[in-house]
Amino acid sequence: MTANANGSYAYYPGCSLTKNAAAYDVSSRVIARALGFELNELTDWNCCGASEYFSLNQLPAYALVARNLALTASEGAKQVVAPCSLCYVNLYKTDKYMGDHADLNEKVNAALAAGKLAYRAGDVKVRHLLDVVVNDVGFDNVAAAVKKPLYNLRVAPYYGCLIVRPRTGFDDVEYPTTMDHLMEVLGATVVDFPLKAECCGGHMTQISDDVALELIRRLLHNATEYEADAIVTVCPMCQLNLDAYQDQVNRRFGTRFKMPILYFTQVMGLAFGMEPKAVAIGKEIVDARPALAKVTAEPPVQPKKKRRDKSALPMPSTEREG
Amino acid sequence: MTAQNGRRRFKHEVIDATPGGEQLTLCLQCGTCGGSCPSGADMDHTPRRIFAMIDADMKDEVLSSNTPWFCVSCYYCSVRCPQEIPITDLMYTLKQMAIREGRYEQRRASDFSETFIGYVESYGRAFEMGLATRYHLFHNPMKMVGMATGMGLSLLQKGRMSLTPERINNIEQLQAILNKAKQLSAGGA
Amino acid sequence: MAEERVGVYICHCGHNIAGTVDVEAVAEWAADLPNVEVSRHYEFMCSSLGQELVEEDIKTLGLTRVVVAACSPHMHERTFRGACERAGLNPYLFEMANIREHASWVHAVDKEGATEKAKALVSAAVHRVVHHTPLETMKVPVEPTTMVVGGGIAGIQAALELADAGYKVIMVEREPSIGGHMAQLDKTFPTLDCSACILTPKMFDVGAHPNITMLTYSEVEAVEGYVGNFVVTVRQKARKVITDKCTGCGTCWEKCPIRVVDDVYEAGLGYRKAIYRPFPQAVPKYPVIDVESCTYYKTGKCRACQMFCPTEAIDFDQQDEVVDYKVGNVILATGYEQFDARRIPEYGYGRLANVFTSLEFERMVNATGPTGGKIMLRDGVTEPESVAIIHCVGSRDRRYNQYCSAVCCMYSLKFAHLVKERTGAEVYNFYMDIRTPAKGYEEFYHRLLEEGVRFVRGRVAKVTDAARGPGEEGKLIIQCEDTLIGKQRRIPVDMVVLSAGMEPRHDAEEIGHLFGISCSVDGFFIERHPKLDPMATMTDGIYVAGVCQGPKDIPATVAQGAGAAARVLGVISQGEVALEPIRAEIDEEHCSGCRICNTMCPYSAIDYIEELQVSRVNPALCKGCGTCVAACPSQVITGAHYSYDQVMAQIDGILIDVNRPVTAEAEVAAD
Repeated sequence: MTANANGSYAYYPGCSLTKNAAAYDVSSRVIARALGFELNELTDWNCCGASEYFSLNQLPAYALVARNLALTASEGAKQVVAPCSLCYVNLYKTDKYMGDHADLNEKVNAALAAGKLAYRAGDVKVRHLLDVVVNDVGFDNVAAAVKKPLYNLRVAPYYGCLIVRPRTGFDDVEYPTTMDHLMEVLGATVVDFPLKAECCGGHMTQISDDVALELIRRLLHNATEYEADAIVTVCPMCQLNLDAYQDQVNRRFGTRFKMPILYFTQVMGLAFGMEPKAVAIGKEIVDARPALAKVTAEPPVQPKKKRRDKSALPMPSTEREG
Repeated sequence: MTAQNGRRRFKHEVIDATPGGEQLTLCLQCGTCGGSCPSGADMDHTPRRIFAMIDADMKDEVLSSNTPWFCVSCYYCSVRCPQEIPITDLMYTLKQMAIREGRYEQRRASDFSETFIGYVESYGRAFEMGLATRYHLFHNPMKMVGMATGMGLSLLQKGRMSLTPERINNIEQLQAILNKAKQLSAGGA
Repeated sequence: MAEERVGVYICHCGHNIAGTVDVEAVAEWAADLPNVEVSRHYEFMCSSLGQELVEEDIKTLGLTRVVVAACSPHMHERTFRGACERAGLNPYLFEMANIREHASWVHAVDKEGATEKAKALVSAAVHRVVHHTPLETMKVPVEPTTMVVGGGIAGIQAALELADAGYKVIMVEREPSIGGHMAQLDKTFPTLDCSACILTPKMFDVGAHPNITMLTYSEVEAVEGYVGNFVVTVRQKARKVITDKCTGCGTCWEKCPIRVVDDVYEAGLGYRKAIYRPFPQAVPKYPVIDVESCTYYKTGKCRACQMFCPTEAIDFDQQDEVVDYKVGNVILATGYEQFDARRIPEYGYGRLANVFTSLEFERMVNATGPTGGKIMLRDGVTEPESVAIIHCVGSRDRRYNQYCSAVCCMYSLKFAHLVKERTGAEVYNFYMDIRTPAKGYEEFYHRLLEEGVRFVRGRVAKVTDAARGPGEEGKLIIQCEDTLIGKQRRIPVDMVVLSAGMEPRHDAEEIGHLFGISCSVDGFFIERHPKLDPMATMTDGIYVAGVCQGPKDIPATVAQGAGAAARVLGVISQGEVALEPIRAEIDEEHCSGCRICNTMCPYSAIDYIEELQVSRVNPALCKGCGTCVAACPSQVITGAHYSYDQVMAQIDGILIDVNRPVTAEAEVAAD
C-alpha cells in the first residue's frame, strides 16, 4: 500500500451515508476492512452544505466545509476520505480555493477563529473512496481479495460529475476509466456507457421535474441500450436519483426501466464473497436480486475477435501525446 | 449605463464576489458552456447569453432569470471553457446576489436551498425528511401526497429516511463560525 | 576622468516616453550631473534631426562621451553609435539608458515614480560612460555556404533562392524525403490548385540543384562558432540502403511482408512497409528501412528486400554517419506538428471511429491517399451523408494553446467544399469566428455560402454516440449552443473532422538551444523583431522561416523563406562580418593557470597555452558573456565594455538620490 504509512484515513461519511445511503456506508466500511485499510470516522463532522449552501452565501459555505478540514487536521490526519462525490468536491474545492485565493483564505480563517479553529490549505489531502481503492490499494490487491468473481454480470460504471469535475486530477474529466478497470478486476463485464460522467439531475429533482426526469431517463436509456444488468455508482445523490425516481421516469415517459443501482463498494463486497446482506443489498428500491442472479461460476466465453475488415482504415492509437 | 455614473459596473460586482471571477472578462461568447449544460435547454438564457447580459449591465434581467437556479453544478462548462472561466462558481454568485437583492423569481429553487440550510444551521447535519416535508408543504402540497405514498414511502420502508434530525455535539462552535462568516460576507465577500 | 565632456539626450519618443516621464525635468536635472557638458531633450532622437543634434554637439562642443536616454539598446544602440562614429567619436564611447521599456511603459500609472526612475537610469549611464574606452570591431570573413534546417516548403524556398543566387546550400531534413506537410495536402486554398503539382517541381529542383547538398534522414547534433563561421555537426541516419546502387525501383517494399501504420506521411490513416519510400514523388527517391518494425532486426531472418533487390543496394549493417559542415549562416525552417486531438476527450478522437483529424482528412481526399481520394467513414466503404467540421480544435483555448492557428478557418472551408463536391453530403461548419484575412480568402468564404454549406456559430461542447432518441441512433451527435439563436442544438452527422491547430515541434526548445535562440511562451522561435525583422533572430547568423516562427499559411511561409534567404545573401555579399569588440581579456602576467575559465567558458573560447602555463581568449570565439570574468579566482580577466570600474560606476550612478539636487549631492560627497 502506497498511502499513509499505516494505511489509515480520516473518514467523512457525510449526511447521506447516515441514513439514505446507509448501504454505501456499510459496504465502504466492510471493504476497507477486507482490504486492510482503516477508515476512522471524523469526530463531530458537520454537513458539507451540498450545493445549497453555496447558492445562498458562499463565504459561510466555505467556512462550513473548512470546519471539517480543520477538525481533520487537528486530529492529526493527513488525508480525509469521502465516499460521497458532493462532499468530496466541496472538501476538495474548499482546500484548493483557500490555497489559490488569499482573500478567501483570510476570511475563512477569520470565521474559523470564531470557533477557535484554524486551517492551512494543503494540510489535508482530500480523497474520494474510489481514488483510495484504485490508487492506494491498487488493482492487484483488489484482485487478490476476489473470491467470487462476478462473471457474466454486465455493469455500467457510472461516475457522475463531481468525482472528476472540476479538475480533481484523479481521472479523466470527460471519460473516466478507473472504475471500469476495477469492475473488470472483480470479474464483471463492463459495458460501454458514453454517459458515464453526465449529470444525474442533482438537486433538480426538487426544482424542476421536467429537467430532472429527462436527465435520469437519458442515463437509464443509455445503460439499457448497452444491455447493462446494473448501474454502479460512486455517489449517493446519483444512486437516489436513478433508483428512487426510476418509477416516476417510467410513468412519465412510458418506459419500463428496471435498472438496479448499486454502490461500487457493494459490488466489491459481493466479489469478495460477502453475503448480500453484509453489503446492504436490499436497501435499493429497484430490486438488484434478478441482476445478481445472472452471476455464473464460469467466466463468459469471449467472443472471437473479429478480424479487421481489409478495407477498413486504421483507428488512431489511444495513446495521448503531451 | 451605471458605468457612466461612476457606479461600479454589475460585471465587476459579479467578478469580485467570485473566487477566480476575473476570468469572466475573457469570455469569447463561444457557447461551449451553453452547449455543455445538461439543463441548458430549459434555461431562460444560456450561460453564454447571461455573460453577455452581465457585460451589458442588464442586472435586473440577469438576476430574475432562472438560469443560475437551473445550474445542476455538473462543472462540464467549467472544465470545457476555453478561457477557463469558473462558470459554476459564477452561477453560485448570481444565485446569492438574486436572493440578496430580492430580484429572483425562482422561489421554488431558492426556498429549497434556504430550507436545507436552515437544518444545517440548526443541527449541523442535513435532514432529508424535514427538508422534503417543510419545503413541499409550502410549494407543492400535491408532492406531499406523492411523498407519502410513492417514493417517500418506499424510502421509509427501506429504512432510508430518518424521522428525526441528527445533531452534531458542538453546534455552538459551528454557529459561531457561520455567524462570523456571514458578518464578513455582508461586508462584501 | 574629470576632463570628460558628456552630452545627455533625453528622447520623448512622441508620447511613448514624454506621456509618462517628465522629460524636461530629467534633462534639466541631468545637466548638473558630474562631467555633463550639455543636456537636452528632443521629440525623436532616432530621427535624422535627432542624430544630427548629437553629431553637431560632438563637433562644436567637443563632447568626448554621449548618453542617449530613449528606448531599448536592441532598437537603436546601433543608430546612435553610428551618429558618434560619423562625428569622429569612437562608437563605444556611447551609452544608452532605456527609459521607455524600463520606465515609461512599465510605470505608466505612476508618472512621478517613472520620472525618478528615468533620472536614476540616466545617472547610471552618465557615471558609467566616463569609464568607457575606445574599442575597435573585428572583421572576420563569411563562409558563403548556408545551412537550411528543414525541408518543408519554407526550407525549400530559402534553399532555392540561395542556390539560384550562386551559393552553396546544405539542406538537413529529419524525414526520409523533403516536402514537409505540404506534400501531404491535396488542394491548397483559396485557389484549389493541386498541392503536389506546385510543390514537386520545387522538390525536384532541390534534389537536382548543383549548389544544394541534400541530407535527408538527418539531424543536427551540435553547433559551434559564430556568424560567418559556424561548424554544424549532422548525423545522417543509416537508411540501410546504398543510395549509389539504388534505382528506386520499388521491388523491396513490394516484397517486404511487414505492414505498419504510417503515422507521419499518412497521418495514421494508411499503411506503409517496414522498408518504404514515404510517397511516390519523394525526393530523394531512395527508401529507408524502419529498424523498429523490420523483422530482420528482431529475429535476424527475412531479408526479403535484400534477396529481391536487383542492384544489391540493401545494406543491413550500414551505420549512421556523423559529419561536420562549415557554414556562414543557418536558416531554421523546422515547421510544426499538429495538435493531438486526443487531448480534448469531449471530441472523442481515438474513441469514436468516425471522428477524424484534419491531416487524416487531407490524406483521405488526396488522390494518392489511402482511399484514393474517396471520402469515406472509418469502415472504408460507406460514404457519409452528413459531415461536421469543428474549427479551433486546440487553438484559441487556454487549456491547450491560446493562439489562433491562422490556417484552420481556410482549410476547413476547403474541406467543406471538397465534401460538397465529391459526395453532396450536408456539411456543417462549427466556428467561433471565421477568419479570412488574405487575398482571395473572403471571396472563397462567400463561394462556400453560395454552395450551401451550413455554418453554425458555436464552439462544439461535445461529440457523442449516445443517442437520446431514434433520430440520433447510429450517428455521431454534435452538441453545441447555436449562439446566434441562443439555443442548444444536437445535430446528428455521420462524420466529424477536427480542425486541429498547429503546434511547435516537440523538440523546438532543444533545437533552439542548439542554435542559441529562444522560444516564446507558445513554444515558437522568437524572431528579432515581430514586425520589422521577422526572419532574423537575436543570434547573428541564425534566421527563421515558416511555421517554426509562428502559425502561417503557405504564401506567408514562402515569403518568409525567401525573405530569410535575402537576409543571408546580404551577409554573404558583404564578404565579412564585424564582430562586437565586447569580449574578455586575460592579464597573462597575473594568470595562475588554474584553467577554471577554460572549463567554464560556454563557447570553448579559452585556450590553455601549455608553454606559458596561462590561459588565453580566442577573440573570434568569445561572445563577451562574462562567465570567465566572474569565475576567475585571481580576478585577472576583464570583460571589455564591462570592466569592474564601469559596472561599479553604473551602480553608484543608479543609487543616487534623485530627489536631491545634484549639486547638494556633490556637497554631501565632498564633506
